[in-house]
Amino acid sequence: MKILVPVKQVPDTATQVKVGQDARQIETGGITWIISPYDEFAVEEALRIKEKRGEGEVVVVSLGPDRVKEALRSALAMGADRAIHVNDPAFNEADTLLTARVLAAVIKQEAPALVIVGRQAIDDDMGAVPAQLAELLGWPSLYWVMEAAIDAGGRTIRAGRQVEGGLEVFEAPLPCVLTAQKGLNEPRYPTLKGIMGAKKKEIKDLRADDLGVAPESAQLSIVRLETLPPRPPGRIIGGDVREAAHELVRALREEAKAI
Amino acid sequence: MPNAFWCVVEDDRAGHPKKVMAEVLAEAARLSGGRAEAVWLTDRAEPDGLRRLAEWGAGKIWLVEHPGLAPYRGEVWAPVVAGLVAAQAPRAILGAVTSRQREFLARLAARLGVGFAADVVGLAMDGDRLVATRPVYAGKLLARVAWARPPWIATLRPNVFKPADPVAGREPQIERPTVTVPDGALRLAERREEVSTGLPELSEAELVVSGGRGLKGPENFVILERLAAVIGAAVGASRAAVDAGWRPHRFQIGQTGRTISPKLYLGFGISGAIQHLAGMRTSKLIVAVNKDPEAPIFKIADYGIVGDLFEVVPALTEEFKKLLGK
Ligand SMILES: Cc1cc2nc3c(=O)[nH]c(=O)nc-3n(C[C@H](O)[C@H](O)[C@H](O)COP(=O)(O)OP(=O)(O)OC[C@H]3O[C@@H](n4cnc5c(N)ncnc54)[C@H](O)[C@@H]3O)c2cc1C
Ligand SMILES: Nc1ncnc2c1ncn2[C@@H]1O[C@H](COP(=O)(O)O)[C@@H](O)[C@H]1O
Repeated sequence: MKILVPVKQVPDTATQVKVGQDARQIETGGITWIISPYDEFAVEEALRIKEKRGEGEVVVVSLGPDRVKEALRSALAMGADRAIHVNDPAFNEADTLLTARVLAAVIKQEAPALVIVGRQAIDDDMGAVPAQLAELLGWPSLYWVMEAAIDAGGRTIRAGRQVEGGLEVFEAPLPCVLTAQKGLNEPRYPTLKGIMGAKKKEIKDLRADDLGVAPESAQLSIVRLETLPPRPPGRIIGGDVREAAHELVRALREEAKAI
Repeated sequence: MPNAFWCVVEDDRAGHPKKVMAEVLAEAARLSGGRAEAVWLTDRAEPDGLRRLAEWGAGKIWLVEHPGLAPYRGEVWAPVVAGLVAAQAPRAILGAVTSRQREFLARLAARLGVGFAADVVGLAMDGDRLVATRPVYAGKLLARVAWARPPWIATLRPNVFKPADPVAGREPQIERPTVTVPDGALRLAERREEVSTGLPELSEAELVVSGGRGLKGPENFVILERLAAVIGAAVGASRAAVDAGWRPHRFQIGQTGRTISPKLYLGFGISGAIQHLAGMRTSKLIVAVNKDPEAPIFKIADYGIVGDLFEVVPALTEEFKKLLGK
């Protein structure tokens, strides 16, 4: 069974991000890049399914500039079999829909039985690509999946999605798109052997022409990036515990009118 | 007359719209000059649920009531709404950030070939285009985004937009369009309900009490639950508390948990790591209790108490009881 996992490279949350010169992009100098954390859950789940079945192939795909090869290498080091890098400046300002179009074109070429995507990328925090991908492919999708199992024949999936107030477990014929939620699994760390092995694995480069996707303009674009307006300075309430609790409750009622 | 702004109804799965719809409808009405309409896909719409939508400002309700629409499945909903959009040409389609709508509206946008903005915290007309504000990079920056063409599709973060004052007694204007509801490939096999805590749901709660590693163990969350019960708050947790197994993951607030925007957030024994702030920094009022005066959470707190939470929480609970006459 072939499983395809799109991975996005994003700035590590611990690094500072600054608005760039043109105010539409961030300053990329000095940023540490990582695989978006939810995509690690997705890679891990794909590897587990393959290991459990004792057969199959895990293909990771990323759209982005040269630097995303690093993210693909990390996924290969975790155990993915091969990688596809869509690297074309025509997609530099892709929104989620164009990204989904590109990924859908790759999926049509690869014809996997299952696509596992991160719940959301932690840079744009959209959570849109997986749903859009599924729609473009005409496949069913399940969001925020907490558990997944494939039947022995490799034809159907049983997966539970997190909803308000509980978990809804669905069955679907493959192919299907899942989005990985935290709690689905605990991603492994690459071993030294994995890291060495990753160097020999294939990363195929693709451009817009190879996919037949016209580099159209984005349907949603960033007009401007801004830093957060500063929060008004807070107040530390002193005194002994009883006094402080009393004063806090008074302030919440009378000053802030929050209670 | 400009075309209407549509609001996709989020309901309680028992025939009533959720209160977040009052916020979405008010925003739609404000931006469209009173042309807000509701679109409700459900297996069951109760009359008082329909009335509520009208009272919250829906000039018209497009109601598609069909057993195949529950439980929600994106592949089934998208063609139904896309058909209505083709016939009615709404100018915008707005929803709320909920488990269904975050997926559905993205899916619908792909079907229609238009832009989609998730988790919006501000909307404004700029001439005749809509501009949305949304947090990006774990809430460290704000992005203003705009669409290439309508319909403008977005999900709105709950508790951020001001709900309309309901107009009592307004009669709902209901349209029941004839549509085909496709079968869909997904089959619901099982629904596992959570044991109800009796407290509000985290992502829509107006008041949230949250605990971190400072709680020291799962048993101590009881004191937060007591406080929460007095003021009617939901109880959340930091990732440290969730990873330690003290709380289930659905209670986690932050980048890899839920994003909340309550009127009041009270954090106890939480240091305020950037990934935690990502999930709660748009809260209107932030209170922090931590024994370490240097804890980063104090940097964004409106009120802080430096002290031992095991003393402060019971004292606060007593004070709230007095205030609320409980
Ligand atoms: C990719 C990634 C994603 C993440 N996602 C999330 C996320 O979604 N949500 C999240 O919360 N974190 C997330 N984290 C983890 C985050 O970095 C922090 O580790 C976590 O938030 C710390 O939780 P904490 O504040 O409870 O614990 P700590 O940082 O250990 O803080 C505990 C605090 O309690 C105080 N304290 C101790 N005892 C008492 C007492 N008796 N009275 C009062 N105060 C006391 C201490 O002074 C301390 O400040 C993520 C990390 C990564 C790398
Ligand atoms: N440029 C990209 N390359 C590969 N996968 C992507 C890309 N953008 C988004 N994705 C996938 O879609 C998920 C959701 O992204 P988003 O909709 O941007 O939040 C990510 O977690 C990735 O799995």
